[in-house]
Amino acid sequence: MDKFDKLTGVAAPLPLINVDTDMIVPKQFLKTIKREGLGVNLFDEMRYDDDRNEIPDFVLNQPQYRDAEILVAGDNFGCGSSREHAPWAIKDFGIRCIIAPSYADIFYNNCFKNGILPIVLPQDQVDVLMNDAEKGSNARIEIDLEAQTITSSDGEVFTFEVDSFKKHCLMNGLDDIGLTLEKAASIRDFEAQASAARPWV
Amino acid sequence: MSPKTLYDKIWDAHVAHEADDGTCLLYIDRHLVHEVTSPQAFEGLRMTGRTVHAPDKTIAVPDHNVPTTLDRAKGIENPESKIQVEALDKNATDFGIHYYPVSDVRQGIVHIVGPEQGWTLPGMTVVCGDSHTATHGAFGALAHGIGTSEVEHVLATQTLIQKKSKNMKVEITGKLRPGVTAKDITLSVIGATGTAGGTGYVIEYCGEAIRDLSMEGRMTVCNMAIEGGARAGLIAPDEKTFEYCKGRPHAPKGGQWEAAMEWWKTLYSDDDAHWDKVITLKGEDIAPVVTWGTSPEDVLPITASVPAPEDFQGGKVGAAKRSLEYMGLTSGTPLDRIEIDTVFIGSCTNGRIEDLRAAAEVLKGKKIAVKRAMVVPGSGLVRAQAEEEGLADIFKEAGFEWRLAGCSMCLAMNPDQLSPGERCAATSNRNFEGRQGRGGRTHLMSPQMAAAAAITGHLTDVREMM
Repeated sequence: MDKFDKLTGVAAPLPLINVDTDMIVPKQFLKTIKREGLGVNLFDEMRYDDDRNEIPDFVLNQPQYRDAEILVAGDNFGCGSSREHAPWAIKDFGIRCIIAPSYADIFYNNCFKNGILPIVLPQDQVDVLMNDAEKGSNARIEIDLEAQTITSSDGEVFTFEVDSFKKHCLMNGLDDIGLTLEKAASIRDFEAQASAARPWV
Repeated sequence: MSPKTLYDKIWDAHVAHEADDGTCLLYIDRHLVHEVTSPQAFEGLRMTGRTVHAPDKTIAVPDHNVPTTLDRAKGIENPESKIQVEALDKNATDFGIHYYPVSDVRQGIVHIVGPEQGWTLPGMTVVCGDSHTATHGAFGALAHGIGTSEVEHVLATQTLIQKKSKNMKVEITGKLRPGVTAKDITLSVIGATGTAGGTGYVIEYCGEAIRDLSMEGRMTVCNMAIEGGARAGLIAPDEKTFEYCKGRPHAPKGGQWEAAMEWWKTLYSDDDAHWDKVITLKGEDIAPVVTWGTSPEDVLPITASVPAPEDFQGGKVGAAKRSLEYMGLTSGTPLDRIEIDTVFIGSCTNGRIEDLRAAAEVLKGKKIAVKRAMVVPGSGLVRAQAEEEGLADIFKEAGFEWRLAGCSMCLAMNPDQLSPGERCAATSNRNFEGRQGRGGRTHLMSPQMAAAAAITGHLTDVREMM
């Protein structure tokens, strides 16, 4: 997994609540058996018309946001299906960090497995960064995972919370299956004890 | 011992390792797998030379992509869908996991097949790369959806890295009124809490109206816990649960059944257990509901009218405006005047035998007044039973297409899709933009309400037909 420590980049504003995973990547693109190549289909139905022409108004089609690496969004981002194709598409597009007041649980976890940092901030702070993002490519936002800070283009600093284990994995690009397999003995012990207590399982 | 919730009890019985910061390895009893969210996980195992840790606890079935037309034995037309299903065929064989291929009569939607075959049992931990895994919570199992990386993690280790969620109690007191169903309960709860109201929680549904539900109804309620943002929904097992499980192919038998029952009977929340959040609804206050917007929280009784954006606050004002535009609706229109093109009965929410019985009861001797209507049973066995009970004939005589089992138009990954602007009364779980096909407009409701809409051609209060 790609490491994440610091990121300075353009933030794209997406001031919508309840952005669902069907919006992030519609079902027709879930037929792939690969993890790569979904960036072109990120927000597909909002981004392209029926003839596959770009819809100019959509934020990621605007010149100043084409290389956005950060997305600022509304409440309950990533709700709906468990499809990891959603973070795969986000990552493949080039976005490495999302800032929103809240996320759906499965999507939030899926981000960390793919080197994406989803940051939770109170609504009023998200509003400040949303305004900042709306300034376009001159407004670069700085993320420092180690220090757990976000610096707006005006130099205003916000701090954020993140689970220490998830932070550790993200900063070091760790494969968590490898970490879990180091605890194989605990798993075996548990299995022995559980199969004695609940043999029908 | 301190009092515990049902969630606490199941959690405590499955912690295989706990780190100092509270990060746990939660042991998984049943891992359900389908073709869409698993290929990359199996590929990951191959690339790292890892194996499936517990193939005996891993059960796979293709459901999302499969055609539901009667000629499906001739194969899948879409080359990508075909590759995905063939990949699952191969992965199931290569890794030696339990498998119900498309040709097997037991094939169906993974969340219907699991309980039907007795894989899902009280007190278990159940995961699947699908958000509607919450369905299995109806058995008092801790069940939730996971992403593909976590699918790979469970395949390789039979555990998940987890931190414990908070406890929420949702109590539905008293009795439901006639014409009100499990679907109306679960949608009404989401209407009350919002789609993010459950974020960070595991919900336990309880109260007389929940106890009165059949196992099918309880599965409908838990199925949509995810739509309320919760990690999982649970209902404590009781005699109905045990009766449903008994004799199923993979349920315990003989002495093992007795031993299991002894533990299962301890699976309830202690009287003075701590709840981080409590929601109470009166059963008698719940009406048959429909959704009007593009989020499951956009729900109102069928007797209401389409709301206006200014009825809401904050980000919801803009969201409602966008929803109404997408749905092609005008504020103030009575919901029961909204005309419908299509009716879809099926999905892991409402594709079980009881759902088909309820819809058939409304449709008996009537004809549809919509352009098209289809019933997609949740599994081959549900389909066979419905045929045996004469339900299939009622649907066919009414003008419904009688399909083979699969996820179908719930998420429209197979050819069952809405066209732009096509308006559908659906028994499924999500009314998101484009969910049932680009530009398609979805109204969620119970099977009875969908059947009523099929007959009149517009959203209809089923109570007027009773």
